[in-house]
Amino acid sequence: MQYIPNILFFILLVAGVGYFAKNIRTVIRNIKLGTPVNAGGHKKERYGNVARIALGQSKLIKRPISGALHAVVYVGFIIINIEVLEIIIDGLLGTHRIFAFLGGFYDFLIGSFEILAFLVLVAVVVFWIRRNVIKIKRFLSPEMEGWPKQDGNIILYFEVVLMCLFLIMNGSDYALQQIGAAHYVEAGSYPISSLFSGIFEGLTESSLVIIERTAWWLHITGILIFLNYLYFSKHLHILLAFPNVYFGSITPKGQFKNNQAVTKEVKMMMDPSADPFAAPPADAPEPAKFGASDVMDLSQVQLLNAYTCTECGRCTSECPANQTGKKLSPRKIMMDTRDRLQEVSKNIDSNDGVFIPDGKELLKDYISPEELWACTTCNACVEACPISIDPLSIIMDMRQYLVMEQSAAPNELNVTMTNIENNGAPWPFNQMDRLNWSKE
Amino acid sequence: MSDVLKVPTMAEFMAQGKQPEVLFWVGCAGSFDDRAKKITKAFVKLLNNAGVEFAVLGTEESCTGDPAKRAGNEFLFQMQAATNIEVLNAYEVQKIVTACPHCFNTINNEYPQLGGNYEVMHHTQFLKTLLNDGRLKVEGGKFKGKKITFHDPCYLGRANGEYEAPRDLLRKLEVELVEMKRCKTNGLCCGAGGAQMFKEPEAGTKDINVARTEEAVGTGASIVATGCPFCNTMMTDGVKHGEKEGAVEVMDVAEMIANASEL
Repeated sequence: MQYIPNILFFILLVAGVGYFAKNIRTVIRNIKLGTPVNAGGHKKERYGNVARIALGQSKLIKRPISGALHAVVYVGFIIINIEVLEIIIDGLLGTHRIFAFLGGFYDFLIGSFEILAFLVLVAVVVFWIRRNVIKIKRFLSPEMEGWPKQDGNIILYFEVVLMCLFLIMNGSDYALQQIGAAHYVEAGSYPISSLFSGIFEGLTESSLVIIERTAWWLHITGILIFLNYLYFSKHLHILLAFPNVYFGSITPKGQFKNNQAVTKEVKMMMDPSADPFAAPPADAPEPAKFGASDVMDLSQVQLLNAYTCTECGRCTSECPANQTGKKLSPRKIMMDTRDRLQEVSKNIDSNDGVFIPDGKELLKDYISPEELWACTTCNACVEACPISIDPLSIIMDMRQYLVMEQSAAPNELNVTMTNIENNGAPWPFNQMDRLNWSKE
Repeated sequence: MSDVLKVPTMAEFMAQGKQPEVLFWVGCAGSFDDRAKKITKAFVKLLNNAGVEFAVLGTEESCTGDPAKRAGNEFLFQMQAATNIEVLNAYEVQKIVTACPHCFNTINNEYPQLGGNYEVMHHTQFLKTLLNDGRLKVEGGKFKGKKITFHDPCYLGRANGEYEAPRDLLRKLEVELVEMKRCKTNGLCCGAGGAQMFKEPEAGTKDINVARTEEAVGTGASIVATGCPFCNTMMTDGVKHGEKEGAVEVMDVAEMIANASEL
């Protein structure tokens, strides 16, 4: 009987971590549906980016208010997790505040956790007000209606509940320490929860123990539920931001990748010794598809980008097309990519690990050509993303599919391209007149 | 005019068995667009004046393929790239300067993988080196003390991280440089990039160039300086749209320097 709580805790922990691990394996499998990316080398530069952009949050702070609030929640999240470690050890061993032997340092730790928890609460309340009362524009785009908006609020509610449970747990513990209850060693300092210790006054030791234990169990259960919520939420960024920044582009933003499949074709065309009538060998692989029309045509990094996006909307709020009322929203490009990828994932799961074509695609069923053609390729979205997501590369890959596989460019662009093809300029001028300006 | 402008071609240099110091890549806009041709000529005057031995490809130059690539026609882009690289490599070109950020970006970033490796500079970067080497004199002249704002071309700024070369030149002109709220990394596009120059915009509430010009005019500047022929067209159209032709002028940095020295 004595070990029932330990066993219950063990089961809870294994179930919570196990289900999360299963879903993370699904994420990895889904990302691998994309085309492989060669991201070898430049390790120093890539780790530098992780340190600066992901750990250091250098881009978030460009918007000082949300940047500072985010920094509080981020630091709080990381630091308070040290406490989770103690809770897990206590839960498994049946001990109480096992790190108490650290003495003064323990007091300092618990004291700073409390202050951080309080600051996180304040920040989260401000976040909620920004989303629901002030109604900041970037949280109100059409793509945020319904689940995305709810998701954003649920995350905030989770954090409020977890922080409150943490403070109640500490407060009742502190009260128990004051009355010298057995098992409750005098340890830790409680700058925040001691402020509301009055509410515990006059309660019997057994009621206090019930409150403390309930808060303790709900807190750790809540953390495990929150962990498992990540997979279903935009909040996955708290884990994926780091690999995403690592794999982010390290070339100048203006450098768009050259399509290798096209290079092969162009080389063959320009090779005077190539036989234009040669039939492909019988075992030749299917010719490459130019550009992307579905998630499997995108690269693994682009799919990682989609899972990492936390829908903050900085990209969309900087997008010149979006600012001037066009349909394009870079955030929607990322959200659509993830939604379609999840749809494909469910398809694979229910068909014994094989994708059965479902007559749908990322292009047209999710992202319309009108959105794609509104982009000026100005890189404002790429610059704005605090965690190195590149919506522009997806737009470009889908334009390639529209043009090279479907010949579906807007007519004016077809004229432009014909001009380039025929006379080497986007306008209908003769190449032989190219130097006329010097004589005018 | 032709008697003052010296515009030798690569073919002429080769015939004499010589190599120029730098190849001036004029670009399609610089060759054919009436407004951009003025920028081209202003830049050539500066090169002539500084005694730079440059050459152009002339009729051997062709579109870099930037609009084709950004429009999704990778095939046409790579065909253009292959042809241009063949010409450039045949002339053993080492160094290229261009007054178009799109040509600059494409040749500098996208040609190397396709076999074209050159040192490529935007004309504002090149003019700055001339200035540093004492070959070019930049003086305020008629622009001294005037309120001027600089519009960052996306393909020079965000795309390639060059924000200071054009501003350094403007400061040398002793102008009062005022920044728009959205400048440098946060600069707002003029609306021309990604082949938008060649098509009507999608349905929306406003044209991007109008939004950007309003911001530029809002600084109270009498001249909107830029470093891209397409930005120039878009901003000029924006000024016309706002009926500010009398009060605001859109100029390339090279034109301003040439103008200040009364070249």
